[in-house]
Amino acid sequence: MTDLDTFRTQTRAWLADHCPPEMLEPVRSDADICWGGRRYDPAANPPQARWLKAMAERGWTVPDWPAAYGGGGLSAAETKVLREEMAAIRARNPLNSFGISMLGPALLKYGTEAQKLEHLPKIARGEIRWCQGYSEPNAGSDLAGLATSAEDGGDHYIVNGQKVWTSYADKADWIFCLVRTSKESKQGGISFVLFDMATPGVSTKPILLISGYSPFCETFFDDVKVPKANRIHDENKGWDVAKYLLGHEREMISGMGLGGGGRNPLVEGAIATIGVDADGRLADPVLRTQIALFEVRARAFGAMSERFIDELKAGLAHPAQPSMMKYVGTELNKDRHELMMAAGGSDALEWESERSRTGAMPRAWLRTKANSIEGGTSEIQLNIIAKRILELPGT
Amino acid sequence: MKRHARNPGFRPPPEHGNATMPLYLNDEQTMLRDTAKDFVAEHAPVAHLRGLRDANDPTGFSRDLWKQFAEMGFTGILIDEAHGGLGLGHVEAGVVLEEIGRNLSPSPFLSTAVAAVAALQGSAQAGEWLPRIAAGDAIAALAIDEGPKHRDRIAMTAERAGNGFRLTGAKQFVAHGHVADLLIVAARTAGGEDDQDGVTLFAVPRDAAGLTATPERLADASLAARLRFEGVEVDADAVIGEVDAGRDPLGRLLRAGRTGAAAELVGVGGGAMDMTVGYLKERKQFGTTIGSFQALQHRAAHLYSEMEVARAAVLKAQQLLDAGSDRADEAVSVAKAMTGMATTLSVQEAIQMHGGIGMTDEYDVGFYMKRARVLAELFGDVGFHADRLARHAGY
Repeated sequence: MTDLDTFRTQTRAWLADHCPPEMLEPVRSDADICWGGRRYDPAANPPQARWLKAMAERGWTVPDWPAAYGGGGLSAAETKVLREEMAAIRARNPLNSFGISMLGPALLKYGTEAQKLEHLPKIARGEIRWCQGYSEPNAGSDLAGLATSAEDGGDHYIVNGQKVWTSYADKADWIFCLVRTSKESKQGGISFVLFDMATPGVSTKPILLISGYSPFCETFFDDVKVPKANRIHDENKGWDVAKYLLGHEREMISGMGLGGGGRNPLVEGAIATIGVDADGRLADPVLRTQIALFEVRARAFGAMSERFIDELKAGLAHPAQPSMMKYVGTELNKDRHELMMAAGGSDALEWESERSRTGAMPRAWLRTKANSIEGGTSEIQLNIIAKRILELPGT
Repeated sequence: MKRHARNPGFRPPPEHGNATMPLYLNDEQTMLRDTAKDFVAEHAPVAHLRGLRDANDPTGFSRDLWKQFAEMGFTGILIDEAHGGLGLGHVEAGVVLEEIGRNLSPSPFLSTAVAAVAALQGSAQAGEWLPRIAAGDAIAALAIDEGPKHRDRIAMTAERAGNGFRLTGAKQFVAHGHVADLLIVAARTAGGEDDQDGVTLFAVPRDAAGLTATPERLADASLAARLRFEGVEVDADAVIGEVDAGRDPLGRLLRAGRTGAAAELVGVGGGAMDMTVGYLKERKQFGTTIGSFQALQHRAAHLYSEMEVARAAVLKAQQLLDAGSDRADEAVSVAKAMTGMATTLSVQEAIQMHGGIGMTDEYDVGFYMKRARVLAELFGDVGFHADRLARHAGY
């Protein structure tokens, strides 16, 4: 047996011992997802809390981060084995976190040693929940046009302005935020700062969406005092950090195209609603064909995701490849939910009933419509692919 | 290549359900790709195809080039070292096929060195045919299809006669069938035409009495034969594998052939895309290069995304085949269907974005469209493989 085989055997045994059976059930709604943070209540879902604790103690919430920062210190190959073994038993992700998927990688690349030691272990353990202060009312696709100002106050900045589409700002403990420290240059006048959402002058206002939920907020800053020690990378170099981090955000969102492993809720849902014909096949042949063609794309994208992660870890991925992943993954996710709605028929339209788990399916369907807008629209991703990968000329 | 044969860097991956190999080419595979790229582009570019077509060449490919393939070691990639080959895998065979696709090189490589070899490997006929194939001394053709669409159905009969069998029926879409030294023929020895059992695979010499091969020129200028078997008598030792259990070697043949066709499709689609992106950077209208127009940039970027996903699906199928995984068969259908969709898009976009010049015979891009159509049909089209996946998944 190779070392990797041994690691696989040990990992499989450890997961069997430590993953609570409740954590092998599919995630049904946002309430099933563990986000951690100061307001996280372990008593609300004890198996979830046990799972988080067991994984965090091994550093396996962030398996490939260095152990000094709360990670598992695993190699790329070991991380892949852990992912495969978790997928094989359909274990839930122990911790969902913008700290892990977005801020962490940026801190590892651009943070000082002190900044890494202060923030990364808390991210790994799920103690601090982060949100992202990027978009503004007049800076969406044109993100670098942002206006939130950070004036020099000596050893600190005074931040004033407004962010919008801040995911879970009302539930987050800290924010990583793009601010304007200079008007001399558009992209070269942006800095990347971190601050506590409890700082005086920070307020949030949830935005009600077509899904009936409010995952996003407007976030307001009124003379918020932010220590300069909380700036990541040099002053006016925040755009470099932002771009790096956007790549990771696109990576995360692109994962949406994958759906779950094992059972296929789309197929199961269709069979439950429509039934099967004499040959045991889904009784609506047109929908069956649509689902089959979708599944080809979804599974091919699954291979693409694996390839992308492998290439990324080996330093072989084109720096703009996350844009391709984000574009394809989000468009697929929208397609999946359109098919799920078609498969569900009028049952899938119920919005408030207990049977529909208060409209979980239609609300999720509507939520996916933002996938190809948030984190850079599909059209922005196509621009990036055209210019940076295909090297087509600018206008 | 020959140098690697004596000291192969390739180690077969461990046999378990999860492939832990990273999903990109390793160093040896990358070296082979560079070799194949240079060789095929130099010796069999699109001009080579055009020359054969214009000369109405009755063979359909160059035997000299085939001999050179053998000298390079390409013909023996999948053949074990004991039979004079290199003992490599489907990833390596696919590397060569992609270059064949990119250059539209007429070659019996897919039928002979990939699909036929997969069927013959481990059979009683291996000793007779594999060394000849490796040496470039034998061409094989695949007599599988009986109607205009590829199906599982096998109706052609092989009745017991004396010490052997008597074959009666018709086959079509048999590439190189009029010049092959060996025909691999699927026929029915028991059961009804839709039964899985009762199929037997035969190795039939082309000069067998009662066998007529009529070559037909296809849209892509290749030659495929219609075969008529009128009581063709073969000995019992013509049976590949076991009587009535021909689905085993036929399955190996089809998995290899489908994966190979998918790899060739990636080459065709990639070649057409490269031509298109190159043209967008050159062609000027309205006083500027047309590649600066966002309408065309977005189409090109979408095409790039589709081709990337298709490429990943093919590599996944190849790796799973090489690992002997039981998940390989489904991955093969994903790869064949996805490359069918992506490459069809690529050649359509190629002609559209080239405009009028893309419609001319003088310009090469039309050849890509024709070859893509043939390969999309070979061993099952998009619909066949999507439906196959649906059946496997129980809908």
